[in-house]
Amino acid sequence: MLKPHSTSNSYLNAVTMRGITKAFSGVLANDNIDLDIYASEVHALLGENGAGKSTLMKILYGFYRLDSGQIFADEQPVMILSPHDALAIKIGMVFQDFSLIPALSVMENLALFLPKLPAVLDVKGINNHIREVSERYGLDVNPEALVSQLSIGELQKVEILKLLLADARLLILDEPTRVLAPHEVQALFKVIDSLKKDGYAIVLITHKLKEVLECADRITVLRNGKVAGTLLRSDATEEGLISLMFEKKLGTPTVTHKKVSPEMVSPLLVFRDASTHAEGLEISLTAIDLRVNPGEIVGVAGVSGNGQKELGELAMGLIRCSQGKKFIFGKDFTEKSVQEVRMSGVAFIPENPLTMSIAPFMTVLQNMAITRTKKYAKRGGLSMDWQAVRGDIDRSTQKLGFSFPLYIPARSLSGGNLQRMVVARELIDEPRLIIASYLTRGLDVQSAIAARQALVQARDNGAGVLLISEDLEELFALSDWLVVLYAGKIVGTFRPAETNVYEIGHLMTGSEVEHAEN
Amino acid sequence: MLKTSEIAPRFPIMQNKTLILVIRYLFMILLAFLLFGVILLISGKDPLKSYADIFTYTLGSAYGFSEVLVAMIPMLFTALAVALPARVGLINVGGEGQLYIGAAFATFGALTFSSLPAWLLLPIMIILGMAGGAMWAFIPGYLKSIGLVNETITTLLLNPVAPKIIGFLIFGFWHSPMDTVKTPNFVAAARLPTFFGTRIHLGLVIGFILLALFWLFMKYTRWGLEMRAIGNNAQAARRNGIPLKKYLIVVMCTGGAIAGLAGMSQVSGFYGVLLLNFSLSLGYMGFMVSWMAGGEPLGIVLMSFVVSVIITGGNLLQLTRGVPYSVINLLLAFTLFVVLARPSLFRGKKS
Repeated sequence: MLKPHSTSNSYLNAVTMRGITKAFSGVLANDNIDLDIYASEVHALLGENGAGKSTLMKILYGFYRLDSGQIFADEQPVMILSPHDALAIKIGMVFQDFSLIPALSVMENLALFLPKLPAVLDVKGINNHIREVSERYGLDVNPEALVSQLSIGELQKVEILKLLLADARLLILDEPTRVLAPHEVQALFKVIDSLKKDGYAIVLITHKLKEVLECADRITVLRNGKVAGTLLRSDATEEGLISLMFEKKLGTPTVTHKKVSPEMVSPLLVFRDASTHAEGLEISLTAIDLRVNPGEIVGVAGVSGNGQKELGELAMGLIRCSQGKKFIFGKDFTEKSVQEVRMSGVAFIPENPLTMSIAPFMTVLQNMAITRTKKYAKRGGLSMDWQAVRGDIDRSTQKLGFSFPLYIPARSLSGGNLQRMVVARELIDEPRLIIASYLTRGLDVQSAIAARQALVQARDNGAGVLLISEDLEELFALSDWLVVLYAGKIVGTFRPAETNVYEIGHLMTGSEVEHAEN
Repeated sequence: MLKTSEIAPRFPIMQNKTLILVIRYLFMILLAFLLFGVILLISGKDPLKSYADIFTYTLGSAYGFSEVLVAMIPMLFTALAVALPARVGLINVGGEGQLYIGAAFATFGALTFSSLPAWLLLPIMIILGMAGGAMWAFIPGYLKSIGLVNETITTLLLNPVAPKIIGFLIFGFWHSPMDTVKTPNFVAAARLPTFFGTRIHLGLVIGFILLALFWLFMKYTRWGLEMRAIGNNAQAARRNGIPLKKYLIVVMCTGGAIAGLAGMSQVSGFYGVLLLNFSLSLGYMGFMVSWMAGGEPLGIVLMSFVVSVIITGGNLLQLTRGVPYSVINLLLAFTLFVVLARPSLFRGKKS
């Protein structure tokens, strides 16, 4: 009934993509791309945001339909019209956003995905099978645990297990390390390595050079929807890859620390013993004491899901204090609404631009205007001054060095462009206080630097920044103060110079939490 | 300068799209008539003659045509009362109830201030009617905004309550000396003016103006922009500092006010008296029209016209062909079905 993967004799040896072309509303996302993927190989797909990596792989997984081109599996031409077709020829993909059902157990989630789900579940058999596969590749998760209780690292393991049980031989991982803590990344690379040794083909979509150099065998660099080059690991160098990724050489923009002496200045944002009550899946914040002074970046470190989202929303007035006080620009804002917070000159870059910050079916231009419709209103609001909106956008994007199309629905922007749009929008009015969650998530190297520089510039001009991030390197580089959030509490406050990654990492994971992979 | 260059190439496509859309709608309505023809055949009537009747009586004569327009008036309002809240993601099924309360308020005005001249009395009635509808819609709007109850449920459940209140008012206070199911006839000053010796009244003009205003409002104004943002992604709109709760309440009440205006225009323009149960599901009809029209003003005009042709024609069919009136509901249902099934029916062929 259950076919253990090890007995399946039809291995997938090679997948060949030829002349793959795909356009979205006139914009070429993939332009005549050739790609070969072999078994027993980790193939990294490297490129800037919007270079076409995800699109190419989603075509291979049957998620998008190609406009022209051909795909061969073991030299047989194949038509992949749906993920189901892809799985039938043993191609599987793990998306950036996981697709598990939280209310079901690991076993149930995996069983749902089995190619031949029997009418009556052989729970024991499936559990054993899961254990067998997961031990073999170091993907240890408890099959009986509810998915809602798993950490992000564990979720990813379940996603990979799901594909293994479904007998996929080519695994596409879309930016798998984006959400992982450093030690979890190492564990993932071990898993990838053991899969490779067993003859699996792995495609790793990423824009992180270090990871590519660490675990890939072959590297294909995409740029503007075209293949910029394919190299063996042994031929690749960091500089070489960078110059393939970006047409022009990257100037190395430095992030400087210009110290503004914060003596006797009134703080921009103060939490005094602020607590919240959690609703639904939220985390309760407990006794938060925090201050952001002008000319300071306060970094908030922590594994996501420890109250970061709530802290940002509390600052913005989206959720209220159940206890304690919040002051913005010296005034009591504890009971003020998000409109009043924004009106007073606070910018907000939430963690997920698509769901939290934009109206997907409105154009980019309209999206740029919706946070301050009053400013752009003409004739008392009867019409809008789109000229002024464009002027503001031009100024903001020029300063940041971003560019994105204005007249297409925001929904059709790539993830990185969306984030650029939100950053550009939020910085238009030179806010005095910036609440930024996961500022550089999804941004490529160049844009990430630009976004960080924008923050530093704002800081140097006297603005305060509350920077919530999982990227410790970023936090150490930018922050004037560093606080660690764990389980809704601030468990440590440091000057970045007086601490190190290990101490922070220790606090982030909570001293009593044991990680099996470590 | 930038703007024109960006928009100009899109314009012909837009026109093309509108044309295709209209053709598609006509085709769909044809399909509905075909389906209904089968029903007529089964019940032993001649579909061709029946249809000929429908069209000659409605579109073939000036009088018939005017009757279609008269039937259309309340639907313009009640459809708009659905389309507007839909823009911020609110589903207003309560047009029926809001219409009744609006009618009751307007009637109160007509009976109380009957000595005033028309130029003063009619605006008072309009304001009262709108206030009544808005009040009725405030209940679901407020409950929704504090996150307590879904507006679809509350608007729907409030519908059967409204006619009971009308009944209470008519039986208790307002009934005419001769008849307990209606109020005395309104004075001439409380009647909306009619045109060309037909029953077409000022409501038609007001309806068209409101639809045009709605279109302009959504397209050009600051508030229209914010409303679209809410309808697109309410969570993002809230984070972006758009006052979500305020919009939910105000928009819901505006929708209610427009439905209330439908009630006012019916009692003042059409009946000249407040009758018990006068509405005959005009509110629900508006809901159907709005959904079929995709909430677009032009579509609302088109669809309410089609529905009116069917309803007025159906009334006549009852007389001329002995077709029971309820069968006409079948035709309406077919129309609704075909129009709503449009995406899956036509996607493959046309694109």
